Amino acid sequence: MAERRVLWLGLGLMLLSAGFLVWQIRAPYGFILELRAAKLGALICVGAATGAATVLFQTVAGNRLLTPGLVGFDALFVLLQTVLVAGLGGVGFAQIPTAPRFLIEAATLGGGATLLFGLLLRRDAQDVMRMILTGIILGVLLRGSAEMVQRLMDPSDFAVVQQAMFASFGAVDAGQLGVSAVVLLAALALSLRLAPALDVCALGRDTSRGLGLHHDRLVMIALLLMAAMVSVSTALVGPVTFLGLLTASLARHLTGTHRHAVLIPAAALLGALILVAGQFLFERLLGSASALAVIVEFCGGLTFLFLVLKRRRR
Amino acid sequence: MIEINGLSYRIDGTKILHDVTMRLESGGITALIGPNGAGKSTLLHCISGLETPERGTVRIDGLDPFAAPARDRARAVALLRQSPALVSRLSVRELVGFGRWPHHQGRPGAADRDAVDRALGAFALADLAGRSIATLSGGQRQRAFIAMTWAQETPWMLLDEPLNALDPRHARDLMARLHALSRDAARSIVIVLHDINAAAGWADRIVAMKAGRIVAQDACAALLTEDTLREVFDTPFELLEHRGRKVVVAR
Repeated sequence: MAERRVLWLGLGLMLLSAGFLVWQIRAPYGFILELRAAKLGALICVGAATGAATVLFQTVAGNRLLTPGLVGFDALFVLLQTVLVAGLGGVGFAQIPTAPRFLIEAATLGGGATLLFGLLLRRDAQDVMRMILTGIILGVLLRGSAEMVQRLMDPSDFAVVQQAMFASFGAVDAGQLGVSAVVLLAALALSLRLAPALDVCALGRDTSRGLGLHHDRLVMIALLLMAAMVSVSTALVGPVTFLGLLTASLARHLTGTHRHAVLIPAAALLGALILVAGQFLFERLLGSASALAVIVEFCGGLTFLFLVLKRRRR
Repeated sequence: MIEINGLSYRIDGTKILHDVTMRLESGGITALIGPNGAGKSTLLHCISGLETPERGTVRIDGLDPFAAPARDRARAVALLRQSPALVSRLSVRELVGFGRWPHHQGRPGAADRDAVDRALGAFALADLAGRSIATLSGGQRQRAFIAMTWAQETPWMLLDEPLNALDPRHARDLMARLHALSRDAARSIVIVLHDINAAAGWADRIVAMKAGRIVAQDACAALLTEDTLREVFDTPFELLEHRGRKVVVAR
């Protein structure tokens, strides 16, 4: 039943993608198709990466309210952008070729995230509330550091940073997209391979260790995979804080299972589906492409509040 | 047999276990009793290999749980913690199925499905197999977690206060079931109990602990004396006989 729903999601995404590519297409077909395909690829990559990474993160943290963004990942991205612009200047930053910049950003974010979440999960994994609070405080520290540097900046440099602070699906480099797709596919394949072990991991550290699982090793691998997925996604379009929470919650609700072999693809497909459907709706039907990131964050934020209130009622 | 030699354990500078040395014979039920903070749960975790002691050795039928590969350890000893995490979307069958992980590592076969069926039957959970564990009562849920530990099919089963939050009827049913199963399936069960009467009624042997040390260890009938209980719990007890069984009453 749950597997069939994943298949339906896949089919839905294929149909929607086809519609996204050919809806009201006019000549020159090749050029427009190429542009639309790059945008579609970015939407699918970001949605899939965010959904799958959030499921991984929630499992290893043992908490379904967490997203990488909530515990400081987005703040790390903004700080990195700020430091790069402050160091090189707005013009210097703009002159860095896109491919090396993307790779530097993805590698720095991946390393930083592994360090950040590895530290959080290693020290505070037993105490989820302390872990969340530590993450939020770290996020505040990173944001505060970024703001301090931003205050010292030239206004034109600040405008460059400000542009990078919000997700934008408008202009995506095909080379970056290729690298992102390869990293994402590899991370997804490895995550699916680990799916049965992740099911055991969800029982908690002590129980899973009692069942003979190498819990700490699995957590580190899952964190590396998550960091790789979120890093390429963030480096590609910018930070998307709440999309993961929205997709992971919907995936659990829709499939009604704990099995990661179903949850991971479901969350990945839902993430892609939400972004493609949203972009299609706003760009093609309402003529307002810039609203997508804002609306997705708004819906994700509402989901977060709903989950928190639902827990309190229990 | 479980052999423990000179086991010491410390948390944040506080010594929880002091040079514990003892032998637990195979078969039947061994109850660990003692006041809060005696180190009973810590001892159980050290035996299972999940906590590494400061000093000392443990051998489970010759296996060193701290040095053995995790899978071998999980095939030798199964531990049920006091408050295991609840994954609400799990059905009872799926939860019990996790007990087979040390055997199949993610690829369950017919033998694993049979073992799950046996565990469900042993703890009267067959009718609830498809139910979500979130919808079960406290007693049913506890039975489901114990069935998971049972499905691990280890020679040794360690249960940390499984009677917590159970009413007298469910506590009695569970102890009776464990007592019968330990005999029928030739499994050795070590169980932490706060209810001394549950230990008196169902355990074959009792180990009494206090302040991280073993105070007494003997067959149930021999250990349960007013003097020993007063020494262990620092409070007077009265021992009564009811239908051939000892009944302990705190005075």
